[in-house]
Amino acid sequence: MDAQAPILIIGAGQAGVQIGESLRQEGYAGELLLIGNELHPPYQRPPLSKKWLIEPGAHSALALRGADSLRRRRIELRLNTHVTAIDRAASQLQLASGERLAYSRLAFATGALARALPLPGAALGEVLSLRSINDSAAIAAAIRRCAAEGRPVVVIGGGFIGLEVAASARKLGAEVTVLEGLPRLMSRVTAPIVSEAFERLHRAHGVQLVFGAQVTELKASGGRVEAVRTADGCEHAAGCVVVGIGVVPDDRLAAAAGLACDRGIIVDDCARTSDASIVAAGDCTARRLADGRLLRLESVQNAVEQAKSAAAALMGRERPFRAAPWFWSDQYDIKLQMVGLSTGYDQVVTRGDLQKPAFSAFYFQARRLIAVDSLNRIQDHMQAKRLLDHGLSPTPEQVADPLFELQSLLKEVKLATADGA
Amino acid sequence: MRAAVDAGIEGIEAQCGGNCACATCHCYVQDPWLDKLQPPSDDETLMLSNVAAERRPNSRLSCQLVVEPALDGLTVELPERQS
Repeated sequence: MDAQAPILIIGAGQAGVQIGESLRQEGYAGELLLIGNELHPPYQRPPLSKKWLIEPGAHSALALRGADSLRRRRIELRLNTHVTAIDRAASQLQLASGERLAYSRLAFATGALARALPLPGAALGEVLSLRSINDSAAIAAAIRRCAAEGRPVVVIGGGFIGLEVAASARKLGAEVTVLEGLPRLMSRVTAPIVSEAFERLHRAHGVQLVFGAQVTELKASGGRVEAVRTADGCEHAAGCVVVGIGVVPDDRLAAAAGLACDRGIIVDDCARTSDASIVAAGDCTARRLADGRLLRLESVQNAVEQAKSAAAALMGRERPFRAAPWFWSDQYDIKLQMVGLSTGYDQVVTRGDLQKPAFSAFYFQARRLIAVDSLNRIQDHMQAKRLLDHGLSPTPEQVADPLFELQSLLKEVKLATADGA
Repeated sequence: MRAAVDAGIEGIEAQCGGNCACATCHCYVQDPWLDKLQPPSDDETLMLSNVAAERRPNSRLSCQLVVEPALDGLTVELPERQS
């Protein structure tokens, strides 16, 4: 290994940019190259299924940083650059152009790929999935065409992306059908009571929801999708189809180079991989938890915080990321904020008004708070975030009591923080 | 917030991209500018209730501050931590 060679970062999204910036903050003064395979400078992805879909603006409005910001930090950005292999023995990257780049240390921030629909017709025109700015533009155009022609938009998958696209498509005036394979919306991440609130919300906005829908085929007419057929024999007319059935961490390069991967590049809570000179951060990772399980998160927070860990690790320091994960989603006028991981809960207690809706679902496991989903209940979310980060838990009875102030549990935390803890 | 993020100011994280959803763009607005700003919305006030660093009377979320000519010269101080 050439210690003078640059640090290379593969992937110029949220995690990649943060690794670069954090390396400078950690005092790295050497050469730094950020390699992206898209044409656009680093940009934010969350708006692509929300605001951006309804009102696309200039690309610069989505930019993660201003044009000069990376340059001033001496982070060299190489766009439209495709890495084809990693030669760990020689500490070199192979590019599609034939060029080889030497590295002293390497960071993966390769993100995730939209899960493909393994069915006949999935490659038809107007069958779209959402990952990039170009995907978002294509979906927006297809939705507008459907709205103009009076043909329905069919969304396959009732998760975050599918539902955000459905809400945006309604705002654009298109008819929308959501086909969900399971019996309720967002079933992997929320309790039935939260799913039901979103079911009412989408129905009230005119979305047709179909549960238990096993898609078997996409039917075409003249090269364009025409209908989605389900196992029960139903055909759902479609002017375009948006597939939102989850993502697959992009660990292809890492796996081919022999790094330990398991549906994601395996990292510890300091973002270190199985190779001491290589780190990974963001959607491409699977983090090994203390109990041995692997945790895959797709979120901005995970990208940013793991990237900070990764940069520290490259500088030989430990900066573990263990904060409670949080996520958000905007659908119509509902702001959904989630903190913690609800997997394994045995009790749900709600606070607030379920009908409005303006409520939170508190998830407990053996009477200990593990997660909170808040719908238009910002204060609950913020308090829950602080409680979980400090390992504090109200009792289920306290949460159920509308007069109990969650804030009272945080008083000692506030004092400790003021003391500089 | 947008100006700070564009410039790559380290103390403003703005993880949610300016949606008043994460409170990682917290700042302290210096005198005399605090009074010249539009007051915080209910949502912003609720988000401010549990920011990671100390909340002060001049705490604001920078994603909710719309820059206009009258604010030329606005100065903010950044908290020790955003998350």
